[in-house]
Amino acid sequence: MYDILYNILGNQVVAWIIAAALPLFVFILPFALFAVWLERKVSAHMQDRLGPMRVGWHGVLQTIADIIKLIQKEDIIPAEADKKLFNLAPVLVFAGSYAAFAAIPFSSKYIGSNAEVGIFYVIAVSSFVVVGILMGGWASNNKYALLGAMRSAAQIVSYEIPSAIVILTMVMLTGTLSLDKFSQMQTAYFWNWFILGGPGSGITKFLLIPFMIVGFTILYISTLAEVNRTPFDIPEAESELVAGYHTEYSGMKFAMFFLAEYGNMFAVSAIITLLFFGGYQSPFGYLGNTFKLPWLVPIEQVFWFTGKGIFFVFVQMWLRWTLPRLRVDQLMHLCWKFLIPYSFVNLIIVGFITLFR
Amino acid sequence: MSGLKQYLKDTWQGIWTVLVGMKVTFKHLFVPAVTIQYPDVKINLPERARNRLYVNMDDCIGCDQCARACPVDCIEIETVKSIPGEDLGLTSNGKKKALWVTKFNIDIAKCCYCQLCVFPCPTECIYMTDVYEFSEYERENLVYKFATLTEEEAEEKKRNYEKYMAEKEAQKTAAAKTKTEQPKTGDNK
Ligand code: SF4
Ligand code: SF4
Repeated sequence: MYDILYNILGNQVVAWIIAAALPLFVFILPFALFAVWLERKVSAHMQDRLGPMRVGWHGVLQTIADIIKLIQKEDIIPAEADKKLFNLAPVLVFAGSYAAFAAIPFSSKYIGSNAEVGIFYVIAVSSFVVVGILMGGWASNNKYALLGAMRSAAQIVSYEIPSAIVILTMVMLTGTLSLDKFSQMQTAYFWNWFILGGPGSGITKFLLIPFMIVGFTILYISTLAEVNRTPFDIPEAESELVAGYHTEYSGMKFAMFFLAEYGNMFAVSAIITLLFFGGYQSPFGYLGNTFKLPWLVPIEQVFWFTGKGIFFVFVQMWLRWTLPRLRVDQLMHLCWKFLIPYSFVNLIIVGFITLFR
Repeated sequence: MSGLKQYLKDTWQGIWTVLVGMKVTFKHLFVPAVTIQYPDVKINLPERARNRLYVNMDDCIGCDQCARACPVDCIEIETVKSIPGEDLGLTSNGKKKALWVTKFNIDIAKCCYCQLCVFPCPTECIYMTDVYEFSEYERENLVYKFATLTEEEAEEKKRNYEKYMAEKEAQKTAAAKTKTEQPKTGDNK
């Protein structure tokens, strides 16, 4: 992306700034606005309610109204808070979730940074969020905020293990860390997606399918925990911790936490899409190829990628309104006694299959 | 070995029950919402719903029965007797009105909607309506004034009555005077 902009504008700095700001304004902000609305609608309809109905058609503009309200709100900093850290924390959390978008290929033509170590970078940079959360909880000087932050840190660090192992399995199978290559491998029709054994044919493809499904399930559960969504939302458990680590935040700083949460939701869904569900590839071939319109293909790819991503975000919401919250010990139990052993076994089996392919 | 079997069974059960739950919530996505868009759509009130009171002053005879029945004393009625020659008209059930109702205030803020004031009314002119949206910014605005007479008219009626009474008093004293004078003359016989 940067290269294209550089060729058009001829100025390094300007191209750099635009390339960096593009995902934020073109994607993250509108997506967060849409996702908050979707979350409300999904939750409402699952409970036989209507949800927001007033602002715009079926309340589509409700989140914009809410953002305007949040901007107007007074920015309160508790007297006993550590001011510097308190102000820095939301920025860090947001930067962490924003940075993950740099390596996500939205289409073959649009990738913020086509790094060879894309997936590794995403894992590394999304751990950044923990620092911000811990910082916010500590700096607020509030026991609930601190408890929430500590729970969150414990949770994210533990759940990174199974998700990293599953990602390792996939890296072993494909032999690449680049997210763009992951997508390219799963081109053409949906039976080339890794959830269905990946490209190629023969007995190994079918042997792989059950283990891919196990891997996908583990990755989905652990990423759900990493973004602090129900049933793993104990860091912000309203009924016990007020609001967890962002109890003391108000106004725009709270909005930044909020934005980061929804940004993260999409980021982890995007990773799942990239690893198992064909990335930006269409499941049925491209209209652009059929009608000989090459410029249409990247647009279709963006459509398929965001579509799949939003579908997984929807499943996250669906789970949120289905399952009750886990206890802290149950959370750790699930991670250490179920997800990690399963992911190890999965790793070994997939390793053998890869070896004898 | 049984430990491993249990472990696998637990795993399966965990996944299976989550899927069952997801099926239930997914079905509810398509169940029509029970929410009513309140100010736009209103549910029909049940029969005998108790809401804001209304007094049809054309029929009120000022008998004060409702005020006496009220457990919280939120009805305030003041009446002035009519003087002969004033025609106050009939109520709809044929009773003749004899009192000017100069004040009929209901403090709805105090009212507990018990409806006890409705039953004793002999002309059935105080009753519950189906109006339930009457919030106000000032509490004084919740004192509903039902009296149809204006302040001046009420004053006038009062004065009329006082004048009439005063005249009557004067006549009485005059009559009494003549009465007391008469026996004197009788004594003088
Ligand atoms: S409804 Fe009850 S409280 Fe209200 S005015 Fe009548 S008697 Fe009084
Ligand atoms: S009981 Fe009926 S007629 Fe009597 S004062 Fe009350 S409203 Fe008027």
